[in-house]
Amino acid sequence: MLGRTMAKGSIVAGCLAPHPPHLVYAENPPQNEPTSEGGWEQLRWGYERLRESLSKIDHDVLVILSPHWQTYVGTHFLGLPHFEGLSVDPIFPNLFRYSYNLDIDVELSKAIHDKAADAGLAVKMMENPDFRVDYGTITTGHMVNPAFDKPLVVISSNRSRHYYSVEVMQEMMMELGRVTRDAILESGKKAVVLASNSLSHRHFTTESDVPEDMSKEHITSHAMHLWDMRIIDYMRTGQAQRIIDEMPEFTEQAIAESDGGGLTWLLSTLTVPTYPAILHGYGTIIGTGNAIVEWPCYAHEEV
Amino acid sequence: MALLRSRGGLILTNPVLASYVVPVHPHPLLVPEQNEGWQRLRDAFDEARQQISDSGADVIIIYSTTWPSIIGHQIQADPNPTWTLVDQDFHDLGSMDYSFRIDADFAEAWNKANHSRGLQSRTVAYNGFPIDVGSVVALKLLNPDNAIPAVIVSSNVYANRAETTVLAKSCLDVLKSTGKKAVAVTAMSMSNRMFTEFIDAADDKIHSLKDDEWNRKVLEFLEEGRLEDVAQLSRTIHQQIRVQKVVTFKPMWWLSAMNDNRNDLTGRVLAYEALHGAGGAVVHLDPTSNGMGDKEYDEDDVEVYHGERNVLDAEANESSPESKHVDGNGPALWDPAEGKDAVNTDSAPKPVGLYPHARRVGDLLYLSGVGPRQPGTNAIPGGPIQDANGEPLEYDIKAQTRAVVENIARILEEAGSSMEKVVDVTSFLVDMDRDFAGYNEVWAETLGHYGPTRTTLAIRALPTPIAVEMKVIAKI
Repeated sequence: MLGRTMAKGSIVAGCLAPHPPHLVYAENPPQNEPTSEGGWEQLRWGYERLRESLSKIDHDVLVILSPHWQTYVGTHFLGLPHFEGLSVDPIFPNLFRYSYNLDIDVELSKAIHDKAADAGLAVKMMENPDFRVDYGTITTGHMVNPAFDKPLVVISSNRSRHYYSVEVMQEMMMELGRVTRDAILESGKKAVVLASNSLSHRHFTTESDVPEDMSKEHITSHAMHLWDMRIIDYMRTGQAQRIIDEMPEFTEQAIAESDGGGLTWLLSTLTVPTYPAILHGYGTIIGTGNAIVEWPCYAHEEV
Repeated sequence: MALLRSRGGLILTNPVLASYVVPVHPHPLLVPEQNEGWQRLRDAFDEARQQISDSGADVIIIYSTTWPSIIGHQIQADPNPTWTLVDQDFHDLGSMDYSFRIDADFAEAWNKANHSRGLQSRTVAYNGFPIDVGSVVALKLLNPDNAIPAVIVSSNVYANRAETTVLAKSCLDVLKSTGKKAVAVTAMSMSNRMFTEFIDAADDKIHSLKDDEWNRKVLEFLEEGRLEDVAQLSRTIHQQIRVQKVVTFKPMWWLSAMNDNRNDLTGRVLAYEALHGAGGAVVHLDPTSNGMGDKEYDEDDVEVYHGERNVLDAEANESSPESKHVDGNGPALWDPAEGKDAVNTDSAPKPVGLYPHARRVGDLLYLSGVGPRQPGTNAIPGGPIQDANGEPLEYDIKAQTRAVVENIARILEEAGSSMEKVVDVTSFLVDMDRDFAGYNEVWAETLGHYGPTRTTLAIRALPTPIAVEMKVIAKI
């Protein structure tokens, strides 16, 4: 198994791992109450390939930044060792009613929190036991590791882009990514970092009678497709810096879910990689563009 | 119930007894004692609670900006949603246990009415569904004992003014058809720019002077009862004091439509304070006219949503330019005949043949026979009299008659006439014995009020499955 001899902490892989609940719905796992006839196979097969790839990399913890835990006052971290309950998607409750049961690596969460505070970011630990974990975290967590047998670090999505600009968001997320990386390296743990966001994010406003009817599924517009392919091309050719550079235009014009900061944070934790990423899958979900992408750090970084 | 004057001169009753704007953040509920302003908001909530309790309302209807939706609008239909909510940002202020009484029948009827007016919507009734923080704060403070059942509707991320207005009109349809009286509540911030850093409760203030000035201007309008003016300024207000994406300032579109787009309400700001930098206000809008002039209405009104973004069903919606069948229950529909003196409007149902809605002759206006079908959808208020197989159905003659009169008012308005100018009416009933009394009652409330001559005939059938039709002559 790759990475087993690593002595100090490391990021062994970075992933773009979008969270549409449709993917969980389509799998019919026992945790989810609604049942389907399948659907979105291209993306689900992509997640299969990602899981297969990660299974070959030794890792201790999954660090997720979720755009569906939206905080406007600072960046927050789940701060209790265990959460369980029922997650019902407020937008697609017909598809996602999921009983979750997950562990948090509070030690690493607190370490990232403390470093972010030292760097001048507004941060807070979330320690209310009644808190319901957001469905984005759960969906990405399920698709990457359905057994939930590795602890998570869950980071909220600060919506600074909505108050100021994409540039302000990027500044904050680059810094958060840097301290996330530092904390992981110092922790002695091997981490997979995951940005739980789609690319272009313009939805259809109607839903098929059978939500998994794939004859209805396509990108909402050609412009969205062009943007998605452009960003994916940068990923596949090791041009992450160009993604950072074009993030304002991408976020504005593709109404991209990168507005939540996850993609910028992810690229920062990977020190803006210059090596090619692996595209495990791309597909649309109610018109939004979703890519499952892995940066195989273990093969390109000295760890 | 307030008697109001609508465009077209028709006397209608609006079943909204009072409207409120309330803030969404949990501070007035959980920790009012930590800041004097938060306490003042709490006191204002308490005053609003008492007013609502005394109002005689049958239902509280909440439009919440903290429940975004994508697939049209969603309406809560779980009769007793129960859970514990923790705010995503302010989780350290405590947990909010809730157990609400929802008018599920109303929710289902509203959903159905939405579909009749061309809207995409659905009800939700799932164990553990996360009721949003704005609705939880509003219901726990305004209706703590669940004395009045509630209905909650989401704020659609992509909805424009037309969609939001029609959402309100279908809500009014249900209120009118059920005879229920309502309190309408928008759970929303004024400016929603919060401090991005943590602050001591005692230091809370509106985020910026600019936000504060805009908030005060909006509240000045509301205190003057100029709700429609605020609605028309919605996009500007959003650009100035709202964070981008998701909720905009569209609650004012909904609330204005719930109040017949009026500008002469009686408004009162019960409190205006900062909530971690955002503007939080409790505002009471009483439908009683403040005696000031009403609006210059300079935005298009809309009765039916045509769903220009209906991407999935685009092909299915393509129709013949000349005619189309509706639900297999009735004849083909036609585009109204055009002509030099013809008067046609999208606000009236399509004809069942090649003729106009009305025709001008000198200073007189002759209307083609007008039935109760709804423009755009052809739904029949009160229900059709028979199904597609000709089997009789129960129907409500009052609702049908009221819908006929409303269609007449729209055609008159299009022609520059009004209900006051109606000269003569010929009415056709398919079942005189059954329906005359109900028809006559609505007549007295509406057209009869203006005193036109009238003749009522019993006939065997009408082309569509309706029970009443009227033929009108009016002055222009």
